[in-house]
Amino acid sequence: MKLAALLVALCAALFVVSLTSGQVNASVGESLVALWRDDGLPLSVVMQEIRLPRALLAVMIGASLGMAGAAMQGFLRNPLAEPGLIGVSGSAALGAVLAIQTGLTLFFPLALPLAALSGAVLAVVLILLLAGPRGASITLILAGIAISALAGALTSLVLNLSPNPFAAADIVFWMMGSLADRSFDHVWLALPFMMLGWALLALSARGLDALTLGEDAAQAMGINLARLRLMLVIGTASCVGAATAVAGAVGFVGLVVPHLLRGFVGARPSSLLWASALGGAAMVLAADIAVREILPQRDLKLGVLMALVGAPLFLHLIFKTRKEMA
Amino acid sequence: MVAVLLGPAAWADQRPERVVSVNLCTDQLGLLLADSGQLISVSRLAHEPDSSAMVEAARALPANGSGAEEVYLLTPDLVLAGTFTDSATVQMLRDLGIRVELFAPARSLEDVPARLRQMGAALGRTAVAEEMVARFEADLAALTVTLTPRPRAALYYVNSYTSGDRSLASDILAVAGFDNVASEVGLDWGGVLPLEKLVMLAPDLIIQGRDYPGQARAEDTLDHPALLALSDTLQAGQLTDRDWICGTPQVLNAIRAMRDLRLSMEADR
Repeated sequence: MKLAALLVALCAALFVVSLTSGQVNASVGESLVALWRDDGLPLSVVMQEIRLPRALLAVMIGASLGMAGAAMQGFLRNPLAEPGLIGVSGSAALGAVLAIQTGLTLFFPLALPLAALSGAVLAVVLILLLAGPRGASITLILAGIAISALAGALTSLVLNLSPNPFAAADIVFWMMGSLADRSFDHVWLALPFMMLGWALLALSARGLDALTLGEDAAQAMGINLARLRLMLVIGTASCVGAATAVAGAVGFVGLVVPHLLRGFVGARPSSLLWASALGGAAMVLAADIAVREILPQRDLKLGVLMALVGAPLFLHLIFKTRKEMA
Repeated sequence: MVAVLLGPAAWADQRPERVVSVNLCTDQLGLLLADSGQLISVSRLAHEPDSSAMVEAARALPANGSGAEEVYLLTPDLVLAGTFTDSATVQMLRDLGIRVELFAPARSLEDVPARLRQMGAALGRTAVAEEMVARFEADLAALTVTLTPRPRAALYYVNSYTSGDRSLASDILAVAGFDNVASEVGLDWGGVLPLEKLVMLAPDLIIQGRDYPGQARAEDTLDHPALLALSDTLQAGQLTDRDWICGTPQVLNAIRAMRDLRLSMEADR
């Protein structure tokens, strides 16, 4: 409980900092007051229509990616299972790009998260088929590399074929992710799918706990493994799909956060789920503040920052896994 | 042989008879000034109605893909190119003994007469060019709006890009009676104007870049709800079209449209 209070406090503090960092030189007090004023003045518009949705999306996306990472790692019993690394985010981006480039989103805005979700479902199912029930590291990572590479290449292909001269520049966004200039439209688009995902993953918590004792023991405890797998596939895909549809593929959140928090919650998957949700929210909030403070004029991508933090940790985890296998 | 010995100076007296243009803006200058039959090919973009302000005239001529190989096979005696045309292409053509005339993109309305004169000289049609310059300057003077106050306008393109005072687009605004807000934040040459800064500037008018075919996420900022939430800002929509691209007398069409907008704002007051 102490950890929960600490993480909530951290998220709240980062939320306020996120609201007050950006291009505009206004004092913190002034900015926060403008958040509540209904006067149509420029500062109020910036706070209400640009900063607030941005901070909210950081929380939602961080929570979704953190929780999805913890759930996949619990189910496959492998600390390397992360939606970004194993191609789930990349496939979701491909789905989103297809929905935009076919013009579907012009007539039916929900096509964007739905297409991203479909891409993510496809990738999760493929991963579970390829990696097998135990999710051995080697097959998991190899399957992930293949799916990531294919999804990335197809995304680039679709964008390069677009008649729009700016579509090719979008490749960076879809591969690296960014929260720049998102709006409440994106919040409402993503929220229903994320809530579905959070609910399904929360419901799978007991099953994941039982699974730590092995599949036979879990079944003996009355866990329906087929049902658990289905909840996990839909839950993860909803979370990752919705997040990717509005912010592009933000990697490593689901790897770094559960890894940092695992020690604090006694390695119980059910506790790690909510802890990773809060930790993920804090992490993406912090990263999104950093991209604005480090290079304010350059629209640094979120994924760049996450990779700089996440990739060394990933290498460390591989090294550790190798030692265990030896 | 004499021409080779005398070098470029000798070309000036000799009127080119097979002229190929490989740049959208030289296409239009060429179409305006060339004698009939003198221009034999234009660039592929000249045939695109979204980009080319003279698409009907351009379609009477075959298009080329602007590559050295293709252009050489047309056996031109003069190639018209932009200063941003691939330098490898230009060098290759020059090495093959073809005269290449380079035209810098127009950065202001003053560049329009300069480019017309340059093209007139290149084509051996200086008299026609002078005539066109005189007509352009008279039209420009007649269209210039001197109303005050001058509304503060923002040019807002894809990827939050804007044009500053040292650009043709900004000159078009100025003549039509507007001030460009980009200069208030020091973007004299243009550059990225973040959405937050644009909102804080609260311009009287936002003019968006043209809509390109197909979709791109980079275009999302153009219809961000924050822009609509600015109650005192007029959203003029997508106005910067093919008439804004090149420094030719076609910019008068752009000025006319902006002038109509300025006069309609006056009528609403």
